[in-house]
Amino acid sequence: MSRSLLSIEELGVDGVQRVLELADTMAEVNRRPNPKVPALRGRTVCNVFFEDSTRTRLSFETAAKRLSADTMTFAVSQSSLNKGESFRDSIETIAAMGVDAFVIRHASAGAPWLVEDWTTASVVNAGDGWHAHPTQALLDVYTVRVALNRTAGFDGLRVAVVGDIKHSRVARSTTTAFKALGADVIWVAPTTLLPPVVGETATDRLDDVIGDGVDVLYMLRMQNERMTEALVPNLREYTARFGLTPRRAACLAPSTIVMHPGPVNRGVEIAIDLGELPGSVVKQQVTNGISVRMAVLYDLLSANPNSTSDIEINDDVAAAPKEHP
Amino acid sequence: MSTILISGGMVVDQTGARTADVLVADGVIVESHDGNPDVTIEATGLTVTPGFVDLHTHLREPGKEEAETIETGSRAAALGGYTAVVAMPNTDPTQDCVSVVDFVRRQGKLAGLCDVHPSASITVGRAGHQLTPFAELAEVGVRLFTDDGNGVQNPLLMRRAFEYSKGLGITMAQHCEVEQLTDGAVMHEGDCCSHLGLPGWPAVAEELMVHRDIELVRLTGAPAHFLHLSTAKSVELVRRAKSDGLPVTSEATPHHISLTDELLRSYAAIYKVNPPLRTMDDVVAVREGLSDGTIDAIATDHAPHVAATKEQPLDLAPPGMLGLETALGVCLAHLDMSVSDVVAALSWKPALIAGLGGLHGRPIVPGEPANLTVFDAEEEWEVAPAQLASKSRNTPFVGVPLRGRVKHTVLGGVVTVENGVATR
Repeated sequence: MSRSLLSIEELGVDGVQRVLELADTMAEVNRRPNPKVPALRGRTVCNVFFEDSTRTRLSFETAAKRLSADTMTFAVSQSSLNKGESFRDSIETIAAMGVDAFVIRHASAGAPWLVEDWTTASVVNAGDGWHAHPTQALLDVYTVRVALNRTAGFDGLRVAVVGDIKHSRVARSTTTAFKALGADVIWVAPTTLLPPVVGETATDRLDDVIGDGVDVLYMLRMQNERMTEALVPNLREYTARFGLTPRRAACLAPSTIVMHPGPVNRGVEIAIDLGELPGSVVKQQVTNGISVRMAVLYDLLSANPNSTSDIEINDDVAAAPKEHP
Repeated sequence: MSTILISGGMVVDQTGARTADVLVADGVIVESHDGNPDVTIEATGLTVTPGFVDLHTHLREPGKEEAETIETGSRAAALGGYTAVVAMPNTDPTQDCVSVVDFVRRQGKLAGLCDVHPSASITVGRAGHQLTPFAELAEVGVRLFTDDGNGVQNPLLMRRAFEYSKGLGITMAQHCEVEQLTDGAVMHEGDCCSHLGLPGWPAVAEELMVHRDIELVRLTGAPAHFLHLSTAKSVELVRRAKSDGLPVTSEATPHHISLTDELLRSYAAIYKVNPPLRTMDDVVAVREGLSDGTIDAIATDHAPHVAATKEQPLDLAPPGMLGLETALGVCLAHLDMSVSDVVAALSWKPALIAGLGGLHGRPIVPGEPANLTVFDAEEEWEVAPAQLASKSRNTPFVGVPLRGRVKHTVLGGVVTVENGVATR
């Protein structure tokens, strides 16, 4: 166990399994009438968001609060930062207030690694540039694990990640997490939306992928600014080639799970009402995000030897029966 | 002026190698001298060569004196064995007119640690719109013109620059980068950047401009110098241009013959540089280019930055690395070339490109100016950032084994470095 969660690669397969099992316990807590335990009482978690993200921030805040940690939020738009030493200064200033864990969102890839160098606190990467978003990846695999009741792993599971992979930290992390658990992952995108060097199986034929059969269809958010960069001609063509249209939805096997990291760009990557899609687990992803982030915070803060206080292991949490739906 | 005896060293210059004493009086190498020398440098086991000439030094003054001054940069140069450096024009104000160029040269003289030869920008303010007064600047001694930091993007303007430069005895030196292909780029475009989720700087952005300028040289007949070649294809393009007989020269940096983009996996901005560190294939190709003479010179692209600016995420940190004090050690450790060939690329070949061939990189024979470097070609060492003379600390070579260390430097008959320590 390490001090921080920066990427799925660094967490490793064993770490992923550990967090998923812990998330089962946390999910049980979250189903209680009073979903709060004193496990992290006296600990301080600071959300440091250098990039806007209401959803991820709320999810982390809720997770910390359900574990009885104190939370602080430092939200600053990067443009208002003086691009000198302010980033380091900000972090060191907050660290001096006595923070046990930093949850970092930053538009620059690699920023959480710098924060880890500058502090002794635990660091959770809540998304860095195009690079990584490990808690999203964990909640994704957790959601599939619960939905398909696959606690033993994902051997043989066919996952297609569709859309703007090049600019997506979600795609990178979630691909790594699915593969770590044994799934086969295929990337579906035009060449312009793939990284310059593609280490995965990739295709630009979504219909073929659906026709061949797919267990998890992971749709990525398509951003409007990609048009001005000449990465795709226009959104209409993008939707026609890579969107989940009613026609494609009708071709999916009933057991196919449809996922999206949110927020959904309605009518673009998903051109169908998700409520009508039996396989959609988009809402479950959000709900599970709380349990997974609770698991991550608990896992790190009980492991960090640099923390100032001993963790209070709550009997309710530790002894809670595990859910195997 | 004092007399200096450099005794017992292996003298290496363009005429060959021999063990010999070198005697200096009044700034000039002499056959003999009456009386005892004022200074004796024991050079047995050491190599004595013409002073090094750096075609590519960012001294940061005027404008960014917090990162480097002409004095601190000159001291770093002397410690690296340099007796002359070409000061890059991306200062603030830009070296685009006689007054700024004069200022830089004067500060160099005041420091007295190495000859500081300002280059000038190709376009006013390096903005890429209007040519600087080439003839006026040539008259005050400017020989290299470059918008380094940026390439001249407009092909028509570059064509005019080549045409107008003809006959003035000056050379256009290009930083090759088609900026529309590198918008927001942080590191080499390839496997590493794909994993790290960082915008890539594709090799083709350099190669397109190398190719464009080679064709403009073919069209206009004006000479061109290519700064810091970093890709295998660029080296091959220059190789072909030379075999076509075109008047082109080129340089490579110590970091492009020793480091690769894999280092960026640490997310440490100390490894961010422009052009970026590339793959091992490119490193090997650049080394081969130096070996076969396609690349004429080793140039440091010494680019000091204050620590705080490098303590940022990669996309926010400025590009650039220190190079003056480690160049020899990197080159002897990483190039499979004779000491003589390495010194050629550090001294007399760049001296000719810089238009300094009358004063620097001269053979070590009586009558020649005493610009000399004495180094231990075998000493293995590691750089300690805190001990650098540069005002900045952004060396990427911490932990990299270096071989070859400068012991003494003589500038115009004055010892500027003695036993590895600057004398002023």
